[in-house]
Amino acid sequence: MGAVDVLLDGLLEAVRLLLTGDEDTWSVTALTLQVSLTATAVALLLGVPFGTALALGRFGGRRVLLAAANTGMGLPPVVVGLFVTVLLWRSGPLGALGLLYTPTAMVIAQAVIATPIVAALTAAALQQVDPGFLLQMRALGATRMRATAALLAEARLPLLAAGLAGFGAVVSEVGAAQMVGGNIEGQTRVLTTAAVLATSRGQFALAIAFGLVLLAIAFAVNLFVTLAQQREEAKGAGAPATEERTAPGSRPSGAARSSS
Amino acid sequence: MRMLSALVLAAVLLLVGCGGTAAPAPSAAGPSAERSLILATTTSTQDSGLLDELLPAFTRDSGWQVKTLAVGSGQAIELGRRGEADVLLVHSPAAEEALVAEGAAGQRRLVMHNDFVLVGPANDPAGVRGSDSVGAVAKIAAAQALFVSRGDDSGTNAREKDLWKKAGITPEGGWYQATGQGMGATLRVASEKAGYTLSDRATYLAQRDTLALDVLSEGDPGLLNIYHVIEMTTKAGERVQPDGALAFADWITAPPAQQQIGGFGQAEYGKPLFIPDAGKDEAGLGA
Repeated sequence: MGAVDVLLDGLLEAVRLLLTGDEDTWSVTALTLQVSLTATAVALLLGVPFGTALALGRFGGRRVLLAAANTGMGLPPVVVGLFVTVLLWRSGPLGALGLLYTPTAMVIAQAVIATPIVAALTAAALQQVDPGFLLQMRALGATRMRATAALLAEARLPLLAAGLAGFGAVVSEVGAAQMVGGNIEGQTRVLTTAAVLATSRGQFALAIAFGLVLLAIAFAVNLFVTLAQQREEAKGAGAPATEERTAPGSRPSGAARSSS
Repeated sequence: MRMLSALVLAAVLLLVGCGGTAAPAPSAAGPSAERSLILATTTSTQDSGLLDELLPAFTRDSGWQVKTLAVGSGQAIELGRRGEADVLLVHSPAAEEALVAEGAAGQRRLVMHNDFVLVGPANDPAGVRGSDSVGAVAKIAAAQALFVSRGDDSGTNAREKDLWKKAGITPEGGWYQATGQGMGATLRVASEKAGYTLSDRATYLAQRDTLALDVLSEGDPGLLNIYHVIEMTTKAGERVQPDGALAFADWITAPPAQQQIGGFGQAEYGKPLFIPDAGKDEAGLGA
C-alpha cells in the first residue's frame, strides 16, 4: 500500500467511522472529550485564581513562581505521566485509592499538564490590562474582590484563549494518557492512544482516521466556544447597558471596553 | 467570564454525567463486573490481536475485567515484581525464572509458543538467507549491515542479545540501532531503513503486508518463543489479587482458551500464529 493510499484511506476511514456511528470510535471519542474537558475545567478552577494571584499579588517569590508557571507551560506529558503513575501505584502513597489505569487518573495527569498553561496565560492576560484599571476601580469605590472580578471580565478573551490552550495541550497529548491510563480498551482508550496502537499494529489508515477524528473534535470544541463568545461579545456591544449594570457601581460601562 | 464559568460548568456536568458509566467498563454480563485485575503482557500479544480475541471470553466466563498493560516482557516482569500487576503473560524465560526464584511469584505455567524470525530486506546485503540464527547475526556484524534492535529489555530483545552472545559479538557502531519501541514500531523502522531485525512470528505475520521485509532465517531451536503465565502473590505487594491471577492462569491454560489460541490467525494467515502448549513438557517443544 503506497503512502498516498494510506492517507486517502485514512480520510475515507475517518469519514466512515464518523458517519456510520462506529460504536468503538464514538466511545473512544466521548472518553477523549470527557477526560480532556474535565481536566481543562479543573485547570481553569485552579489556574485562573493562581494566575490572578501571580499577576496581582504582592508576596515574596512571586516572580519565581511566575517563572515556574511559565516553565510549566512546557511540562513534558510523559514526565507528568510518570510522576502521577508512581504516586498512584498500588505501592505508592495514593495506591489505596485504586485510581491507576482509570479515566480519573488521566484527568489528574492532564489537569497537572494544563494548570500551569492556564495560570501563566491568565497572569500574562491580566498583566496586559492597563495597570491604571484596578486603581480606577478602587477609586470608584469597588472592593478588592469586585475590582479583581471586573479585571478578569476585562481580560475574558485572553482567558478564553488560556482555557482553549490548556484543552489543546491535553486533548492532543499521548504520553501521560498512555502511562496513567494504560490504553485499556473500553476503559481508558482515547483517540491519541488508539492512534498509537493502530500504528504499532500497522493499521496506518485507521491511525490516521483517529488523528482526523481528533482534529475534528478539537475544531468542534474551539468552534463552539468561539461562536458562543463572539455571540456574547456582539450582544454585549449591542446592549452594553444591560450587560454592565449587573454590578452597579463597580465600573462604568465605557471603561470596560475602552482598552480591549 | 460568564463564558468561562459556562465552560467549566459544562465540563463538570459532562464528568458527572458520564463518570458513572466510564469508570467500570460497561459489561453487565459478568457475575461481578466490579472486579478487575491487571494483566501485564508483551506487545506481541496485543499487536497481533490475540488478546482482543481472548479477553472478552475470559471476562464473560469469569466476571473479571482485565486491564491489560502491553509493555515489553522486561517491564511486565518488573511490574509484577513490584506488585503492580496481578498476573503476567510473558516470553522471557531467563528473566521469568529469576522472578520466580525471588519468591514473590506463584505458579508459572506454559501457555503457548511460536518462534522468532530474523527478517530483513529482500536483497539481503549481508547474505544471511538460509543461515541459522547465530550464523546470521555473525554475518550481519561482519558486513556491518544495519540491524534494528528493540533495545527495550523485552523478551524479543533478550533473545536477540542472546544470539549476539552466542556469536561472540558485542554489537556496537552505527550499523546497530536501538529503537526502544515495541515490535510493531521496530519492524516499521527496520522496513523503512532496509535493516535486519528479530521479530516474533505473530507480529511479523500480522503486519507483513505493510512491511518491506522477508523472513531470512527461521526454524532453528534457538528461535523458539515460549510464553508463560505467571501468577503474582501478595508477597509482591499487599494489593495483588491472587484470586484474579489464579482465575486468569487457570482459564488461559484450560482447553477452551487453548483451542481459541490454536485457531487464532488460521483464517487470515493459513496457519495459527501461536501453538497452544498448556500441560506439555517444555523440553519437547519445537521438536
